[in-house]
Amino acid sequence: MKKSSPDIKSNKGGKEWFYTEIVKKHFFEPYKFLKDKEKFKADGEGAVGSPACGDMMKFWIKVDKKVGKIIDCRWRTFGCASAIASTSALAEMITEKGGIKIEKALKIRPQDIMKRLGGLPDIKVHCSVLGDQALRAAIENYKQSLKL
Amino acid sequence: MKHVYLDHAATTYLRKEVLNAMAPYFYNEYGNPSSFHSVGKKSKDAIETARFAVAKILNCRSAEIIFTGGGTESDNLAILGAARANKEKGKHIITSKIEHPAILDACKALEKEGFEVSYIPVDKMGIIKLEEFKKALRSDTVLVSIMYANNEIGTIQPIKEAAKIIREHRQKNKTAFPSFHTDACQAAGALDLDTVKLGVDLLTINGSKIYGPKGIGVLYVKKGINLQPLIYGGGQEQGIRSGTENVPSIIGLAKALEMAQSEKEKENIRISKLRDALISGIIKKIPRAFLNGDPKKRLPNNANLSIPKVEGEAMVLYLDSKGIYASTGSACSSRSLKPSHVLLAIGLNDEMAHSSLRLTLGKKTTREDIGYVIKILPGIVEKLREVSSL
Repeated sequence: MKKSSPDIKSNKGGKEWFYTEIVKKHFFEPYKFLKDKEKFKADGEGAVGSPACGDMMKFWIKVDKKVGKIIDCRWRTFGCASAIASTSALAEMITEKGGIKIEKALKIRPQDIMKRLGGLPDIKVHCSVLGDQALRAAIENYKQSLKL
Repeated sequence: MKHVYLDHAATTYLRKEVLNAMAPYFYNEYGNPSSFHSVGKKSKDAIETARFAVAKILNCRSAEIIFTGGGTESDNLAILGAARANKEKGKHIITSKIEHPAILDACKALEKEGFEVSYIPVDKMGIIKLEEFKKALRSDTVLVSIMYANNEIGTIQPIKEAAKIIREHRQKNKTAFPSFHTDACQAAGALDLDTVKLGVDLLTINGSKIYGPKGIGVLYVKKGINLQPLIYGGGQEQGIRSGTENVPSIIGLAKALEMAQSEKEKENIRISKLRDALISGIIKKIPRAFLNGDPKKRLPNNANLSIPKVEGEAMVLYLDSKGIYASTGSACSSRSLKPSHVLLAIGLNDEMAHSSLRLTLGKKTTREDIGYVIKILPGIVEKLREVSSL
C-alpha cells in the first residue's frame, strides 16, 4: 500500500516526544546520579516519595562547611522520565556554577526546576516537586549532623 | 531504525483487505440506510450483509446484533441499559475487579443511581473466583458482567462456568435474571465467540483490536433482553442505538472479524510460540523479572511482566527511543496517577504494579522482532536500575 501522511497537521508542533528536548537529554543522559561502584562521601542525605506513589528520590550533598555552600551532589530516582529528568536538572542547577549557597538552595522551588526543563505536562508536575523536597531533606540532614 | 510495535492490545492497524472492503462505502455507496430509494437501499443491504456475517460468527440471529460507536459504548449500553431497563426487578449488579474502565465506571455511575455493585476478586493468576461469584448472586441481582479476556494481563475468564452458575441460580429462583454480559473486545481476534456455547446474553466486541476500524462496536443482545437506550433519535438499530449507521465501519468490522476468526487457529499457534519465546527470553536475561497473569489461560499475544526497581513509563519511553512500542500499568502513564487496578487485584504491591511492562504481539510480529526486544531490553533495565533509588 502506498504510504500516506495525514492532511491535518498537529498544532502541537508535530513532535514525536511527549516531553521537551531538555527533559529528553536529562532522561537519556542523567547528570550526577550515584553510580553503582562510585564512592561519594556525603555530608547530608535526604529521601522523599515512596515506591507506592511511583516516585522515590534520594539526594546526597557535599558541603563546604566554611562557607555553607553545596559543592557537589548525587542522586537516585525511581520514577518516570520526568522524575528522573527533574532530579538530574536539579543537580545541574546546584553544581553548574561551582556550587550554591545553602540559603539559595533552600529557595529552589518546583517552578524553577520546571522552568529549567522547559516545562512538563500538567499531570507530571507532582514529579518535579519531589526534587526540591529531596534536596531540602538532605540540607536538613546536614544541619542536624552539625548539631551532633 | 527498527520499528517493533508491541501494543496490539491498545489498538491494531487496519488490514488492507478491510480497508478495501470499506472503501466503496465512503464515496460511491454513500446512501443513508434509512432512505427509501435505491441509493439508501444499497447501504441498507450492505450493513445487513455485515450484520449477518457477524451473527454467524456469534451463532445468533441478525436481529440480535446492534452496531454501536465502539467497545466503550457497547459496554456502557450493556451495563447502563440492562440495569436501568430492569431496575424494578432488582438493583444489584455483579462484576469483577479487573474489568475495563468502560465497565467499572459505568457500574460506579449506577451506584449513584441507587444500584449496589459487587466486585468479585480474582486469584493470583487473574482468574475470577467462581466460588465468591456464586456466593454473591442474590435474588435481586439483575446483571452480571465478566470480561472474556483481560486487556492488561490477558487472562481468559471461565465464562462458560460462570454462565452455568447463573443458569442454576435462575432455575433455583425461578427467574430470568440476572442477564449475563461479557466484554469480549480483547478476545475477539483469538477466541471462540459462539454466544450459545458461552451462554451469555450480552457480548461486546469492537473493530479496533482486530485489524478493523476504530469507533465501531457490536453489542450482541439476546432476544428477550430489554435495554434502555443511551442514545435517542431516529430509532436505528431497533431503537436501541439511534444515529445514522456508520456504514463503512460496519462493513470493515464484519470483514475484520471474519478474517480474524477464520485465521485464529493457525495464528494463535504462531503467535503464542513467539510470546513464550519473548517471556522466557526476558525472564532469562533480566534478573528478578516475572510474568503477571496465568501462563496458560491467557491470550496468545499477551506478555505482561514486572521488572522490579524500574518504573514502567521510563521503560516505555526508553523502548520508544529504540523503536519498540510497549505499554505499562504504571500510574505515571495514565491520567489517574494510580497504578493498574488489575495488577493490584492479582496481589501485586504498588511498586511491582508501577514496574510493569505489557508487550502485546500482532500479525506482523516476527521472530526477529522478539529477538530485538530480548537484545535491547536488558540494557535499558540495567541503565534505569543504576539510576533507581530502590
